[in-house]
Amino acid sequence: MKKLSVAGVVALLAFSLSTAVLADEVKVAVAANFTAPMKVIAENFEKATGHKAELAFGSSGKFYSQITNGAPFDVFFSADQARPEKLEKESGTVAGSRFTYATGKLVLWSNKAGYVDDKAKVLKTGDFAHLAIASPKLAPYGAAAIETMKALGVFEQLEPKLVQGESISQAYNFVLTGNAELGFVALSQVYADGKLKSGSGWIVPGKLHTPINQDAVILKHGKDNKAARALVDYLKTEPAKVVIRSFGYDVN
Amino acid sequence: MLDATDIGAVVLTLKLALLTTLILLLIGTPLAWWLARTRSWLKGPVGALVAMPLVLPPSVLGFYLLVTMGPHGPIGQLTQWLGIGLLPFTFAGLVIGSIFYSMPFVVQPIQNAFEAIGERPLEVAATLRASPLDTFFSVIVPLAKPGYLTAIVMGFAHTVGEFGVVLMIGGNIPDKTRLVSLQIYDRVEALEYAQAHWLAAGMVVFSLLVLIALYAFNPTGRRR
Repeated sequence: MKKLSVAGVVALLAFSLSTAVLADEVKVAVAANFTAPMKVIAENFEKATGHKAELAFGSSGKFYSQITNGAPFDVFFSADQARPEKLEKESGTVAGSRFTYATGKLVLWSNKAGYVDDKAKVLKTGDFAHLAIASPKLAPYGAAAIETMKALGVFEQLEPKLVQGESISQAYNFVLTGNAELGFVALSQVYADGKLKSGSGWIVPGKLHTPINQDAVILKHGKDNKAARALVDYLKTEPAKVVIRSFGYDVN
Repeated sequence: MLDATDIGAVVLTLKLALLTTLILLLIGTPLAWWLARTRSWLKGPVGALVAMPLVLPPSVLGFYLLVTMGPHGPIGQLTQWLGIGLLPFTFAGLVIGSIFYSMPFVVQPIQNAFEAIGERPLEVAATLRASPLDTFFSVIVPLAKPGYLTAIVMGFAHTVGEFGVVLMIGGNIPDKTRLVSLQIYDRVEALEYAQAHWLAAGMVVFSLLVLIALYAFNPTGRRR
């Protein structure tokens, strides 16, 4: 019995060593809005390459602060272009690795079926108490929501009804639990397989706000990590793009 | 330096802490009295419920408040039926959240003080024909003063330091639910470190002063 267990341990050790040699692990910081597609992509990526992707989800602002303060992430999928650009200028990234992996779409969404019409008239006529957005200071989707309301000329009227989530996930939460009747959220949160998962929504035309280009970049911490490079390459392949599009993003 | 939104957050935080502490003193006194005197089997469970926020992450409390006060939750249905509307994203909602969150910090010191008084002073007061109300205000409250002082300071300070609950149910509305702790968080997230420092350092100084005052003025605190 004892011999057996020793043999078992040796075998296990050998096995784990062999996989360690072949596969690397990449630590990825992912913007909250990209949570759903990234989970699918990471699974496919692990199957395709044998590398392991360890994902952390949160607001881009928080990740930026953590990364500049030495957090050991290898790749950063931001919700915007500004933060990866800033990291690049501060030479916290691998030169030339930055690319736009998706362009986000904004949707005015309600948990209730038939509540949001396809011309968003509800914004002018609705008797709702709360409209949820992500913090415009912290999240590009929040800033895009403000631009959209201004473009539609309803911002002044709606401002007292706005409630802010610290990230787009929290804004989505507020609407999902019904505490806010409706809100501007990322299409990726409420969209799967080419249609809304539930409730009602109006996909905001891209011309009403600055495009939400989302950039990814390999960080200094990941410069010798093969899995980091592999993940970034994988994101540029057609299978990954299909997944990204199916969640309601645009990809070039 | 601090701008208008910072000052708004400070004022709102003080208002919330003051109101929460006052309400907790009103609710907490009978509750602490009952906990200190009762022989009921309910003492254990009720005491445990009061102490729950000490061990629960505030995010858990905030999450359940958001769900129960929402349109499909029991509290939400009650408030809608009463015509009050929904409590999340309102100042009243924050007050309710803070009451739960700071409850043990107010009830427990008062309860300990009541327990320390014992039966004897009450019996003496009764033989002197003091009414129960008279006994309470002229005997018990003065004897329990250190406990009350601790309760007020801790209840107030703990509410000021609240973050998880208000993050979950607040909605970050200026002058309604945007408290100092949230404002600091926002400033840090937006990389406005200079403003964050002003507020954060203010909180450090405030907490330190509160605790120094507590230890200086509170005889039980000093003896310990």
